[in-house]
Amino acid sequence: MPQYHQFDALVVGAGGAGLMAALYASKSVNTAVISKLYPTRSHTGTAQGGISAALGNLEEDKWEWHAYDTIKGGDFLCDQDAVDIMCREAIDAVIDLEHMGLPFDRTPDGKISQRRFGGHTNNETKKPVMRACHAADRTGHMILQTLYQNCIKNNVKFFDEFQVIDVLIEDGKCNGVVAVQLATGEIHVFHSKATLIATGGFGKMWKVTSNAHSLTGDLPAAVLRRGLPLEDMEFFQFHPTGVYKLGILLSEAARGEGAVFINDKGERFMERYMPTLKDLAPRDICSRCIYTEIREGRGIGGKDYVYLDFRPEQINKYFEADGNPKRIDAHYLETRLPDIIEFARVYQGIDPIKEPVPIQPTAHYAMGGIPTDNDARVLADETGRIVEGLYAAGEVACVSVHGANRLGTNSLVDLVVFGKRGGIAMAEYCKQASFRPINRDAAAKEGAAQLDRIRNNNGNERPHAIRKEMQAVMDDKVGVYRTGAGLEEAIDKIHELQARYKRIRIDDKGFKWNTDLMEAWELGALLDLAEVTAFAALARTESRGGHYREDYPNRDDVNFLKHSMAWKNGTITLKYKPVRITRIQPQERKY
Amino acid sequence: MRAFPILGAAFSIPMKINLKIKRFNPETDKKPHWETYTVEVEPTDRVLDALHEIKWNQDGTLALRRSCAHGVCGSDAMRINGRNMLACKVLIQNIAKDGDTVTVEPILGLPVIKDLIVDMEPFFAHYRAVMPYLVNNDPLPENGRERLQSPADRERYDDTTKCILCAACTTSCPSFWARGEYVGPAAIVQAHRFIFDSRDQAAQQRLEILSAQDGVWRCRTVFNCTEACPRGIQVTKAIGEVKEALRTGIIQ
Repeated sequence: MPQYHQFDALVVGAGGAGLMAALYASKSVNTAVISKLYPTRSHTGTAQGGISAALGNLEEDKWEWHAYDTIKGGDFLCDQDAVDIMCREAIDAVIDLEHMGLPFDRTPDGKISQRRFGGHTNNETKKPVMRACHAADRTGHMILQTLYQNCIKNNVKFFDEFQVIDVLIEDGKCNGVVAVQLATGEIHVFHSKATLIATGGFGKMWKVTSNAHSLTGDLPAAVLRRGLPLEDMEFFQFHPTGVYKLGILLSEAARGEGAVFINDKGERFMERYMPTLKDLAPRDICSRCIYTEIREGRGIGGKDYVYLDFRPEQINKYFEADGNPKRIDAHYLETRLPDIIEFARVYQGIDPIKEPVPIQPTAHYAMGGIPTDNDARVLADETGRIVEGLYAAGEVACVSVHGANRLGTNSLVDLVVFGKRGGIAMAEYCKQASFRPINRDAAAKEGAAQLDRIRNNNGNERPHAIRKEMQAVMDDKVGVYRTGAGLEEAIDKIHELQARYKRIRIDDKGFKWNTDLMEAWELGALLDLAEVTAFAALARTESRGGHYREDYPNRDDVNFLKHSMAWKNGTITLKYKPVRITRIQPQERKY
Repeated sequence: MRAFPILGAAFSIPMKINLKIKRFNPETDKKPHWETYTVEVEPTDRVLDALHEIKWNQDGTLALRRSCAHGVCGSDAMRINGRNMLACKVLIQNIAKDGDTVTVEPILGLPVIKDLIVDMEPFFAHYRAVMPYLVNNDPLPENGRERLQSPADRERYDDTTKCILCAACTTSCPSFWARGEYVGPAAIVQAHRFIFDSRDQAAQQRLEILSAQDGVWRCRTVFNCTEACPRGIQVTKAIGEVKEALRTGIIQ
């Protein structure tokens, strides 16, 4: 029997954005959080290096500099009013986290410690600035734990291990969600006045990715199927330092502490490309430079990887060459970067203190997603019409504060700032809104039918074979370097895979903890998002930030200083909306 | 001239291993049974990769939890060759040679729901019982900034901030196996994280909770928890420090 619940405010997803929204909404309205994982399993917990805020604890800094860096880092596709909000409110948000108990590392005088990160600069000297507030190299873990702890303190209601499969939208208004309880297989209808989606990224459409297995884009796919658009899907960030072959992230904090990229000749090649910021250039640029080195035969042993070198004597050598008086030793690195040093030791059998570490770019972060305004309210179209009762925040949302390329640490800034704004906006809305009627039986029936179709499908295709082929074509054709012909090939392939997906067969026909079924359902979501991504990438005949077209290598502000909006109604329709530019005019992006 | 040696051998030479997995399907089985699968893996594959190989290419009914796949989210604690580990953090080459059999079972002491998935609710109930959150009722700093904490005070509780709530420690503890009401090592680690945080003011309340019948005195100092912790937390030491605080009434 389907079950029915009613809450003023629902939050789907229990990472940083979801928990922040829940903390703030639950102060004044009846709130519940639905998550397909236990909250502490969420991917926010894997964020490593830091959360930026212009606290100026170690050197002069200003939120306006943070904003400028973010906009330039985003290759001028950021909506600048949103960036100003984020960078200004980041300061209070970080202080708020400290007050909640977050164990930040400390400066000698007891303040929150800060370090350098890619693309974050003193705007006057153009040199890197210490802006990233950190707790060793597990800042995200500490954020996630602290927010969950505060949710327990405040008795926030959780539905753990419930997977949302549909969003109830009628007449342009959202009335809740349909979920399946994983332990039982039962359908639950959640009726709400306001719903906030905070389910994170969807990097599992690529094979080499830093993303968790659970990051499958369930909710963006669900809203797409309900006729809503997704914004800027062609912009996906490839982080330069993934563990070779595995894609596990080695934080940019390593380079913040002095590590450098090295090619087969032992050359610190970033000096050639970006003479000022060098190895601390933004991620999109570093990833392209690595691939250029590899293509020109300077990958290690001619293969498809380069080294990240953070041996202390090497770091000190480069500090000296850069005129930086700082010197470090092995103990310092073990304290500042314990987890990533352990990753290299466990997964590669390499001790980074003694040997350079093989790395390659890894699919990392969705700049695009569900379009929202600055209060996390979801937008229905390119004119800015609101979907009443629907909100989104964090990586799943596109405000857009990251534009065409996100700066390191800004994902955490985004999720605390806009998670909070979303929570507050939902609560205010709930106080004046009433529940709209829903047909709960029809909603439950439709949800069950979605799953039964997969459970009972009598085809001959194994979902995993389809997933593997999707990931291969996305790695190959929709990666760091893209071409028109390659993207067309990718779209054809995805269409073929979607047709084959209709003929899948799963082994597990049961109801309780049927992960065979849920993985197959997730694959359907990923295929839809892969299709949208490749389409939007094909249409954008320019290169900007994380989207690089070899056949159109230049940025084209005349034709493409605009956000894409994609609808899927059988086929994909693309529309565009202008970028909101306030203080900073687009300029050439040099570091 | 090459500047560095080429990384090669570590990524090659596939091997065959058998995975003997304890299976239970609540919809069809009365009790658990063992099933053995043969898989080809790379020596540097994780046990999780081998489980995925079975799930994706041989038998989709195999149920397990997993997410981040690199030892941070804490989803996939299981009993591998009789010891608690995260399936994503142990490489095949470290536990098996070509042709070996590796046993995989759910962690002990929590009710099995299906295959490798156990009911985590009793574990999280213990976690919630120790007030796992900062309590500080002083007014916030007037300048609107952070509370100050010296690097030494911050360092004091660093080890126990690493906990990912995977339950590997608690479900390796004989005292917990014997009595599920015992709060267990993970909950004590969480309490320790706040008891020794200079900003916190609820240490006495937590110590009271932990001095109760099913609190810290159930620990018999077996050290299983410390061995099991995938984050390298000195769990037994942390429990010892809580015991010491209770004995002396001094928190330092």
